[in-house]
Amino acid sequence: MAITNEHVATGTLVRPAERSSAEVLSRHYTLSELMVATAAREIRDGEVVFVGMRLPLIAFVVAKKTHAPNAIGLFENGVIRATPAAELIYTMADPPNILGATQCLDMLGVMSLLQSGRVHLGFLGAAEVDRFGNLNSTEVRGPKGVIRLPGSGGACDIASLAQRFVVLLEHKRERLPARVSFLTSPGNGDGAGWRKRVGLPRGGPAAVITTKAVLRFDEDGEAYLASLHPGVEVEDVLSNTGWNLKIPTLPKPGRMGQPVAETPEPSPEELKAIREYDKEAFWTG
Amino acid sequence: MKLLTMREAIAELVPDGASLAIGLQLEQMIPFAAGHEIIRQKRRGLTLIGPISDILFDQMIGAGCVEKVIAAWVGNVMMGSAYNFRRAVEEHGLEVVNMTNFTVALALQAGAMGMPFLPTISALGSDVTKGNQFLAEIESPFSLEQEPCGDGRPRPSRPSEARRTGSEPSKKLLAVRALNPDVTIVHVQRADAEGNAHCWGNFGVMIEAVRAAKRVIVVAEEIVEPEIIASDPNRTVVPGFLVNAVIECRYGAHPSPVQGYYKRDDTFFRQYHEQTKTKSDSDAWLDRWVYGVADRRAYMNQLGACRVDELSVKQHAYAAQTDFGY
Repeated sequence: MAITNEHVATGTLVRPAERSSAEVLSRHYTLSELMVATAAREIRDGEVVFVGMRLPLIAFVVAKKTHAPNAIGLFENGVIRATPAAELIYTMADPPNILGATQCLDMLGVMSLLQSGRVHLGFLGAAEVDRFGNLNSTEVRGPKGVIRLPGSGGACDIASLAQRFVVLLEHKRERLPARVSFLTSPGNGDGAGWRKRVGLPRGGPAAVITTKAVLRFDEDGEAYLASLHPGVEVEDVLSNTGWNLKIPTLPKPGRMGQPVAETPEPSPEELKAIREYDKEAFWTG
Repeated sequence: MKLLTMREAIAELVPDGASLAIGLQLEQMIPFAAGHEIIRQKRRGLTLIGPISDILFDQMIGAGCVEKVIAAWVGNVMMGSAYNFRRAVEEHGLEVVNMTNFTVALALQAGAMGMPFLPTISALGSDVTKGNQFLAEIESPFSLEQEPCGDGRPRPSRPSEARRTGSEPSKKLLAVRALNPDVTIVHVQRADAEGNAHCWGNFGVMIEAVRAAKRVIVVAEEIVEPEIIASDPNRTVVPGFLVNAVIECRYGAHPSPVQGYYKRDDTFFRQYHEQTKTKSDSDAWLDRWVYGVADRRAYMNQLGACRVDELSVKQHAYAAQTDFGY
């Protein structure tokens, strides 16, 4: 089966990446730790963030403990937090996420904040992400027919309404198709100007953090290869992407031999924050 | 007299073919005991309504109670997909109305307000709206002029954003059709015998689902005197006059958590994932945890005193006192 149950990132939830590609094992951090640190850097200090679970949850913790101590976390169950939960949680409604919260209200409350434009950044997972950053977490076609996934959850709302969103997923060809088979959560649709045409007032994808690379989006609303994770070759990314991925060349002629930037490794402070929180490496092992 | 046993309440208030809103506080305080009693009483043809159901929807689907699901997400939150739901959709064509969390909340809020619909801009352009009888695109009589920022002033748009999205305000809206469930079931920490209920933690869509429902069942960890509820009216989430039945059911939300009473049984969710991969495995699971136990007490006995003790509150954290005096 091309996309198994374990591969399916669902709604706002992101399954941890399968660790253990050989090149990563030789390093002092795991692939998931690299993705978490990369996601954490997407959070700017003072921003209001729709957090989500799993890897983004830990990214919020890392950002709070390093470069973004004033970030605020929103959870779609109604929780608003100025501090991360004191211990690792598996769902956003776990008791440690309630204790010490700034406010516990309802979904309409936090979704209203999202719709009125007060949320800067949302994190999402998905089974499929396409060339224009559209997401599918509803259904995919497998070898034996349609595979039903859990559905949007709040993902469609976050993708529609946040000022920008960031996606985390495993980098495989079938998970990065040219066009999603079901558009659960809107990215840039079919290109620049689409969001405005359909009535979305703002937002769109800012980055896709995969197990191999970071993709960002250009003026046409199309994804391009922004950085390669340490040890990953361009060809590896291209052969595992379902369309002809744009690769910008840097202007400096001296670097033409290696045109794509490398995703920065997690810093000692970031790794410390990750490991203090996910003590048993449940999400980041 | 509203104080009933779980068996009486389900027998009286949840008929075959009912639409049922349940699991409304997302992953917290899910009325598993009520759901299991519905399974034991072999209800059929139910329509389940909820945002993120966690594994209760999966169990009711696996038991054959369900004809239709109106939800944003059905699965096992901690583990990913849920197998009964997948089997029912992929092999047996279970009808699913794909919603989003916000549109479920708006549908229930419209129902709660006595309105035919409420508008949103969420989900515009998505496939969620296609063929969905609960969502329809409409034109707004007013335009969305400016966006607020923290200090109330309009947010200056960034040049790149203006270039991409233009500056013309859109008039497209999505109308979300009202939902009025036949029955809403909620689980709370404490209620009095009339169903005036206190809840703390996150509320999800429980408050609008209670107001939208034709009948309401309140399941409480404890039944308390009315004076306790009235001592802290800001904590009241359900006024008793909307309630048809009140049930005292300790541990009625296990394996989901109840703040101040017990924590989430993560192991149980993991085991459910492992133990329901096939139809026969799922049937065996239902035999053991639903059909094989007469009620919640028997269920908790089967879970065992050690496990129950592990889940208990280890460190109490009381809120500051609130002075309602004058």
